[in-house]
Amino acid sequence: MAGNDAVVKKDKRITWKEIKRQKTLLIITFFVTIYGIIFYYLPLSGWIMAFQNYKPKNGLLHSTFVGFDKFKFLFEDATFLGVIRNTFCMGLLNLVTTTIMAVLFAILLNEVRHTLLKKTIQTISYLPHFLSWIVVTGILHDSLSSTGIINDVLLNLGIVDQAVNFFAYPKYFWPIVAFANCWKETGWNAIIYLAAITSIDPCLYEAASIDGASRIQKIKYITLPGIKPTFMILLLMNIGNVLNAGFEVQYLLGNGLVQSVSQTIDIYVLKWGISQNDYSLGTAAGIFKSAVSILLIVIANQVAKKAGEERLF
Amino acid sequence: MNTKRHKHSSLGDNLLTVFVVVFMVVFVIFTLYPVLNTVALSFNDGIDAVRGGIYLLPRKFATKNYTTVLGMQNLLIGAKITVLRTIIGTLSSLLVNALVAFVISRKRFLFKSGVSLFWVITMYVNGGLIPTFILFKNLGLTNSFNVYWIPGMVGAFNILVLRTYMQGLPDSLEESAQLDGAGYMTIFAKITSPLCKPVYATVALFVAVGQWNSWFDAMLYNRMKTEFTTLQYELMKLLSSVMQQSGSAENAKNGTDAITPLTIRASATVVTMLPIICLYPFLQRYFVTGLTIGGVKE
Repeated sequence: MAGNDAVVKKDKRITWKEIKRQKTLLIITFFVTIYGIIFYYLPLSGWIMAFQNYKPKNGLLHSTFVGFDKFKFLFEDATFLGVIRNTFCMGLLNLVTTTIMAVLFAILLNEVRHTLLKKTIQTISYLPHFLSWIVVTGILHDSLSSTGIINDVLLNLGIVDQAVNFFAYPKYFWPIVAFANCWKETGWNAIIYLAAITSIDPCLYEAASIDGASRIQKIKYITLPGIKPTFMILLLMNIGNVLNAGFEVQYLLGNGLVQSVSQTIDIYVLKWGISQNDYSLGTAAGIFKSAVSILLIVIANQVAKKAGEERLF
Repeated sequence: MNTKRHKHSSLGDNLLTVFVVVFMVVFVIFTLYPVLNTVALSFNDGIDAVRGGIYLLPRKFATKNYTTVLGMQNLLIGAKITVLRTIIGTLSSLLVNALVAFVISRKRFLFKSGVSLFWVITMYVNGGLIPTFILFKNLGLTNSFNVYWIPGMVGAFNILVLRTYMQGLPDSLEESAQLDGAGYMTIFAKITSPLCKPVYATVALFVAVGQWNSWFDAMLYNRMKTEFTTLQYELMKLLSSVMQQSGSAENAKNGTDAITPLTIRASATVVTMLPIICLYPFLQRYFVTGLTIGGVKE
C-alpha cells in the first residue's frame, strides 16, 4: 500500500491556507469518514456482546458481563470444534484446488496459438463467475441428481449399478464444494495469471527458442518463474480469507444428512445468532473467526518475509 | 512460426499439444454443458423432463414453463427490486468511491495516509454478522429498500482500484487546471472522471454484478417484506422448496399440468442469468484491466 507515499515531498504542513485550499477535499473526507465509522467501525463495539449475556432489551450498557463464558461454551461444544475443522479444511481445499486450476488453465491457454480460439475459450471461462451461487448450486443439484448427467455417465460406463445420491453422503460434500468453486472461478482467477504471463519479456522466449528449448522447458524455466511473484501475492491475500470462504455454497448445498461436514463458522453464527437469538454466542464465534484470519495473514506475511518473497505489508 | 522449430518438435511437445487440446475441450464442455442443459430443460415439457435423458436440446418443446414463471407475482416484484437496486446501488457506489479515491490520490491532500489507512483497515477487520445485524436494526435499515444500497456503498477494494488508476494519471493536467482557477470539484468532474472511464466501467461492473446476484441481504433483513424481495432470493425459495422432490417421478404423474418443479426451476434460472450472460462478453476488456490493476499492483 505504501511506496507511493514515499515519493511525495514531505512539505505537507497543516496551515490555515492549505486547509482553506483543500476545503472541498476535507468536506468530502468528513462525510465519508462518518459513514465509515458508522458502517465499519461502530459494529466493532458490538464485540462487547461476546463477553456479556446480551439481552436486546437491556442493550450493550446494561447486560450482565460473563467474561469468557461464551468462548468457554464454544470450545467445549463438540459441534463447534467440528465447525472449525469444516471451515478450515474446506477453505484450504478450495484455495489449493482453485489455485492449481487457475494456474494450469492460464498456462495451457497460453499454449493455444490460435488467437480467436483462445479468445473464445477465455470468454466462455468467465461465464460461471457471473452467475450467482443460487444459480450455480441449482445447476449443480440438477447435474448430480439421480436423473442428472453425472449419474447418466456413471451408469452408462458401468461404474455404478444404480444412481448415487451425492448429497446424502458426507464423504462427497467437501469435493463437491471444491468442484463448485473451481467450476465458478477458474477462468476468473486465471485472468491475473494470464496478465502476468503476458508481461513476461518475449525476448526470453525467443532466446530460449534459439537455444533449442522445447515448449515444456520454456514453461518450466520461463513461464512458471515469471508468474511466481503473482502467485505468492495472491496466496498471501487468500490465506487470510481461508476462513471467509465458507458460507454461501455450504449454506445452499448443505442438508440434514451432511450437516456434520457442511456447517461452517458463518453458518454456525447465523444459526445461533439470528435463528436462536443468542447474539452473544454468535458474536463470540465471529470474533474467533476474525482473530484467526488476522493471525493467518500476519503469519503468512512473516513467512514470506523470511523466505525473501513478495509480501503484503 | 513452426518452421523454425521443426527439429525440436519432440515427443514431449507433441504430448503437450495433445494435453492442451484435451484439457480445453473438457474444460469448455464442463463449463457450458450445465448451462445449456438448463436452457434445454426450461423449454421442455415438465412431465416429460422428469423421465431424464434431456441433454442439449428439449425433447418435447414447450413454453409453458416461461409463461408460468413470468406469471409469478413474487418473481416479478423481485425482478423490479433487483433492477432498481442494481441501478441505484451501482451509481451511488461508483460516485462515492470515486470521490474518496480522488481525494486520497491528490498528492497535496493533508490526511492522505490517514484516510487510506482508515479504509485499508476495514478490509481486514469488521464487526461480523451479529453486530452488523443489530446496527442495521437500530438504524432502521431492516425491512427497507435502503439496506440494499447504503451499507455497501463505500468499499475499500474499489477505492484502492480507483486510486491506483488515478495515481497513474499525469499531474500536469491538474496543475494547469488549478492555474486556470479550477476548484477540486471541477477537476474531478471535467478532468479526472473522463480519463477514468475504463476504471469506472470496471468498478461499476463489479458492483452491478454483486447487486444483481446478492440474495443474503434480502433473506436476512427483508424476509418479512415481500415488496422488497429480490430475484435471486425468489429463485432460492423456488429451488429450496422443490429441492427434496427433484427427480421424483410420482410427483409429476399426479399433476395434470405440464409443468414440474424441475422445469420451472430451469426456466426461472434462465430468466435470472440471462441479462448477465448477454452483457458480460462485451464488458470483458473492462474487468480484465480492473483485475489487473487491483491484483497485480497492490
